[in-house]
Amino acid sequence: MSLEHLVILAICIPAVGIALIWLTGKSPDRRETVTLVTAGLLLVVVLSIFPQVLAGARPEVRLIEVLPGISLSFAVEPLGMLFATIASGLWIVNSIYSIGYMRSNEEPRQTQFYMCFAAAITSTIGIAFAANLFTLFIFYEVLTLSTYPLVTHKGNEEAKRGGRIYLLILLGTSMVLLLPAIIWTWVITGTMDFTPGGILAGKVDGLTLGLLLGLYVFGIGKAALMPFHRWLPAAMVAPTPVSALLHAVAVVKAGVFSVMKIVVYIFGLEHLSASGQNQWLLYVAAATVLLASLVALTKDNLKARLAYSTVGQLGYVVLGAALANSMGMIGGSMHIAMHAVGKITLFFCAGAIYTAAHKTEVSELDGLGRVMPITFAAFTIGAISTIGLPPFGGAWSKWFLALGALDAGQLAIVVVLMISSLLNIAYLLPIPFRAFFSKPPKDGKSEAIKEAPLPCLIALGATAVGCFLLFLFPDTIFDLIKSIEVPAAIDVPSEQVSDG
Amino acid sequence: MNSQLPALQIVLPLLGAVLCAVLRKGNLAWGVALVTSLAMPVISGLMLQDVLASGPISYAMGGWAPPFGIEYRVDAASGFLLLLISLIGAVIMPYARLSIAAEIAEQDVPWFYTMYLLCLAGLLGIAITGDAFNAFVFLEISSLSTYAMIAMGKDRRALLASYQYLIMGTIGATFFVAGVGLLYSMTGSLNFVDVADRLAEVGTSRPILAALGLITVGMSLKLALFPLHVWLPNAYAFAPSVATAFLAATATKVAVYLMLRFMFSIFGVSTTLANLPIGEIFVTLALAAMFGASIVAIFQENVKRMLAYSSVAQIGYITLGIGIANQAGLTGGIVHLFNHAIMKAALFMVLGAVVYRIGSVKIDALAGIGRRMPITMGAFVIAGLSIIGTPGTAGFISKWYLAVGAFEKGWWWLVFLLVTSSLLSVIYIGRVIEVTWFRPLSKEGEKASETPLSMLIPTLILVAATIYFGIDTSLTAGIASKAADALLAGLR
Repeated sequence: MSLEHLVILAICIPAVGIALIWLTGKSPDRRETVTLVTAGLLLVVVLSIFPQVLAGARPEVRLIEVLPGISLSFAVEPLGMLFATIASGLWIVNSIYSIGYMRSNEEPRQTQFYMCFAAAITSTIGIAFAANLFTLFIFYEVLTLSTYPLVTHKGNEEAKRGGRIYLLILLGTSMVLLLPAIIWTWVITGTMDFTPGGILAGKVDGLTLGLLLGLYVFGIGKAALMPFHRWLPAAMVAPTPVSALLHAVAVVKAGVFSVMKIVVYIFGLEHLSASGQNQWLLYVAAATVLLASLVALTKDNLKARLAYSTVGQLGYVVLGAALANSMGMIGGSMHIAMHAVGKITLFFCAGAIYTAAHKTEVSELDGLGRVMPITFAAFTIGAISTIGLPPFGGAWSKWFLALGALDAGQLAIVVVLMISSLLNIAYLLPIPFRAFFSKPPKDGKSEAIKEAPLPCLIALGATAVGCFLLFLFPDTIFDLIKSIEVPAAIDVPSEQVSDG
Repeated sequence: MNSQLPALQIVLPLLGAVLCAVLRKGNLAWGVALVTSLAMPVISGLMLQDVLASGPISYAMGGWAPPFGIEYRVDAASGFLLLLISLIGAVIMPYARLSIAAEIAEQDVPWFYTMYLLCLAGLLGIAITGDAFNAFVFLEISSLSTYAMIAMGKDRRALLASYQYLIMGTIGATFFVAGVGLLYSMTGSLNFVDVADRLAEVGTSRPILAALGLITVGMSLKLALFPLHVWLPNAYAFAPSVATAFLAATATKVAVYLMLRFMFSIFGVSTTLANLPIGEIFVTLALAAMFGASIVAIFQENVKRMLAYSSVAQIGYITLGIGIANQAGLTGGIVHLFNHAIMKAALFMVLGAVVYRIGSVKIDALAGIGRRMPITMGAFVIAGLSIIGTPGTAGFISKWYLAVGAFEKGWWWLVFLLVTSSLLSVIYIGRVIEVTWFRPLSKEGEKASETPLSMLIPTLILVAATIYFGIDTSLTAGIASKAADALLAGLR
């Protein structure tokens, strides 16, 4: 089977999965088997593409020309490969977790839940492998729409309100800002293909370039750059497996991935940094990183705290893109992977705590670590990785981001990164501390609490181990991203260096 | 046989109408209407194929050669419109039997089909004719039959709505025929091609400009250009569901076509745009429609009325394309004729199915019926997404061309207004989706179950078409682009 066939297969497998899940909806066991088998097949296919892309292959598939010169087509390049691998790898783990979570909480409408999930993964793979802005945009919108029923899954007033905010911000930004940006790019350049080195060089410069960049980064509302981040906390009304995979991995990562991809393949790192129009984005991203961490400190609801933490961590990836140099790109892209694995662990733990103890607030967790040691051990690991300390994966991405900031002469950004890590410690570590070292309340209830169901424990254990493995073997990711044609080391002209 | 196709396109539905009136039996009349409607796309398809292969068809009615006899003329633009009208008719007729039987008194049913076939003949006639006065005759045939169809609505307010439309429609037609009269007095001809040739000799004098103004205003009334749209919401809200779906998809579109014909092919782009600020007027009014009507739509309690206001807004997109008046913009406007027709027909057919099951289209009555009629309401979601302009649906293609046209003209502000207005449609469509899927079932909804197949399948065909034409645009945008080229040829 040729590489091109594999690419098509990667998109078709979860799509076929949607139909099969629907057909087997009457029997939960068969339905869940379908989900797991689909997820497994997808991972196998994605992993079989991986080594070839690492070796330099860039398979391309043109499906159909929708408008003259604009086609629905797919091309695999390193960034997309990385994103697809993370999404498909974590889908399996998350499916195992979902089975435990959905069954023990006796959630309604589970068939619809798994169908929407498969649809979301289909669109995520579509985003990852999109060969041009048009294809990316289609799957970007499908992802928003397919996750809307997941956000409103509970069906109560709060869920509906969350769903409304979710839809309005994500659809609104994409339609009002992103779409004009894409059409504008098309009118100026006559192409929409993701091209190494970018397509805007020599066509757009100065303020217009900055304006276009603004339309793109704010138009991609999924990247949750402030002030368009409100949808993410609102989406936390969804069942925890949704928050875990979609709002720590698929949806938000689709956002920052798109930002990274557009900066690298539409703007071109060299062109962007030479124009100096990336400066303001650096500050917006840095502000998002700091402000989101500060808000996270004030949140007592565990999922809300994690949501704001996600907003902050997404800022890191945008920061990496805004640095517009090789190290920044590597750091940012790596952070897509590192944060995904770390944050999904944290969400898994939050869901496990809810399933086992029906607790949602941080202040209720006193002493819970003694009865749920595995969950809280995993939580600690996820937290340390998110903060960016060794021996877990998150350390590497922050390391490269700091290097990128130094390369760009942005000392202020290095300082921001350090302060943010401190803030991360301040809002994440007290949670396991409380659970392990505080005395449980004497209401007689806490003795009855047991560990979460086995599928949940398997999932959160696996991702915790993943955090550690990523620390040991970051080189594959590094080599993969490095293999994007990186322009020779860029020296930012001195007048554009700001000391912040 | 093939050479008689243009005549058959009109004569068949006219004969069918007479037959329906004579038969006086509901099901027989429906059978006649069905067979006629199914034959129409075959005829228009064959003609369009001919036109695309070997250029425009000219047919001399009764053997009297133009410019003195009446000429039927099919080119890319009119062939496209003929196909659209006949396809919509063919899809709606299988659907009509149950819906009409449920919504119209038994003795009126054959009359409904009579009126429907007359209206079909009138609309097809406007599209096919190459004669200005003949266009007026067909306009009146379609309008009069439309008034009758609207008046057959179950609700008594249908009578008032029909009367309102009668007054407004007659004013519009009067404007139109006055314009045609002025043209005749200046050129001595009624044949489109002939008039266009002679106008070049006459030059632009005051009566010619007056004729252009009269025809433009008259057609603006018929196509419900904001603020001349006031007849439309009530007419659509109270007409029988089948009539609403058919008219929303075809009637306003035909008026747009006729206006385009006059403005671009007959008066010529240079006359039209150089002497009157039509571009500015149309863009302004289109924007007013896109925002004003969409905002009004958000506050409607009757979902059918909401969709009617949405139609006013969507007509705004079409006229916006005319106002932009460059190749991409005009292509966007013309392709939206087609795209809006199929998606709006689909939406009204969904509502017809809802009426058939629960007897109401009040938004509160629709609460929770999504779970009772999942396929029908799923169809609403997809057609609704197309109204919003989600990529992968037909609606996206129209907006794409309009935005490209605006950018090419340097009107970047217009692009942002365009996309912002689609955000309003997110609100009114999203509101219905939220109510139908996430609210507890209403009392009326207890009766709801999935739509019968004869109504469901036609609806699903149109919904599938909205997705198909969002991905493969070679037919729609391809022909629209050719038509735009032909209309703009006067510029070069």
